[in-house]
Amino acid sequence: MFPTILFFTFAATLIAAALGVILARNPVYSALLLVLCFFNSAVIWLLLDAEFLGIVLVLVYVGAVMVLFLFVVMMLDINLAELRKGLASYWPLAVAIAGFVVFAMINIIVVKHLGGMSMRTAPALAANYSNTRELGTALFTRYAYPAQIAAVILLVASVAAIVLTLRRRTGGKPQNIAQQVAVRAKDRVRIVKMASEKRP
Amino acid sequence: MITLNYVLTLSAILFAIAVAGVFLNRRNIIVLLMCIELMLLAVNFNFVAFSRYLGDIGGQIFVFFILTVAAAEAAIGLAILVVVFRERRSIEVEDLDTLQG
Repeated sequence: MFPTILFFTFAATLIAAALGVILARNPVYSALLLVLCFFNSAVIWLLLDAEFLGIVLVLVYVGAVMVLFLFVVMMLDINLAELRKGLASYWPLAVAIAGFVVFAMINIIVVKHLGGMSMRTAPALAANYSNTRELGTALFTRYAYPAQIAAVILLVASVAAIVLTLRRRTGGKPQNIAQQVAVRAKDRVRIVKMASEKRP
Repeated sequence: MITLNYVLTLSAILFAIAVAGVFLNRRNIIVLLMCIELMLLAVNFNFVAFSRYLGDIGGQIFVFFILTVAAAEAAIGLAILVVVFRERRSIEVEDLDTLQG
């Protein structure tokens, strides 16, 4: 009973925060409400016995991705009044499409019971069940090759992000280390031998 | 008890809110990216729920990879956004019509 109450509490907060994300006028508020969304999701994942993923969601999303979002939002000098213009004109379309999506999904999940599967309760876990160990065992045996591809994707993404945002300023006077190291003394110093001048 | 349909319904509502957000915030690319993150979160909910209720750890492995790819996507998307803002001094979607010919 208690997990169900927790689930509904956090689900309600999650939906309220998600509505806040899309309705907030200021992108900074949107980003902060999205952080709240991720925290609530992490708690619900903990309730679903996915402990490792719940913690990873907080660490990766709140700790890295949302900080990146907030950093970009605050770095860009956005004209809020300009962005706010015409915000409301699309709401009938938005409500219609969102309503259709919810209606279609709930029709399948709740009315048609997903082929009799949706009333299922979670199977009991063994007393010494460790979600992290299960995930690790699967990830490094059956899914070892995909894990390496994921690592390559992350590497490519970080290189791409750096290459995209790297700005070479023109007119600077940086050192050219290779040229400096390759200098030889005879290129720089010329020893001139000449007879001394005679006093007239 | 939390049954499977609670989680799936929550995920459906979350996804619908994100879709509505794409339509509502058609001018601001940053909020569009956040709506995409919300959609990915809703999809991840489905994976975690099915993984738990069908007793198959593969769903959680898939969430792991979705998180990886979503992090990469956010990093590159925001980098592109910064470059676009530097070029055009604006992040409105309607200003990005250079390829229209």
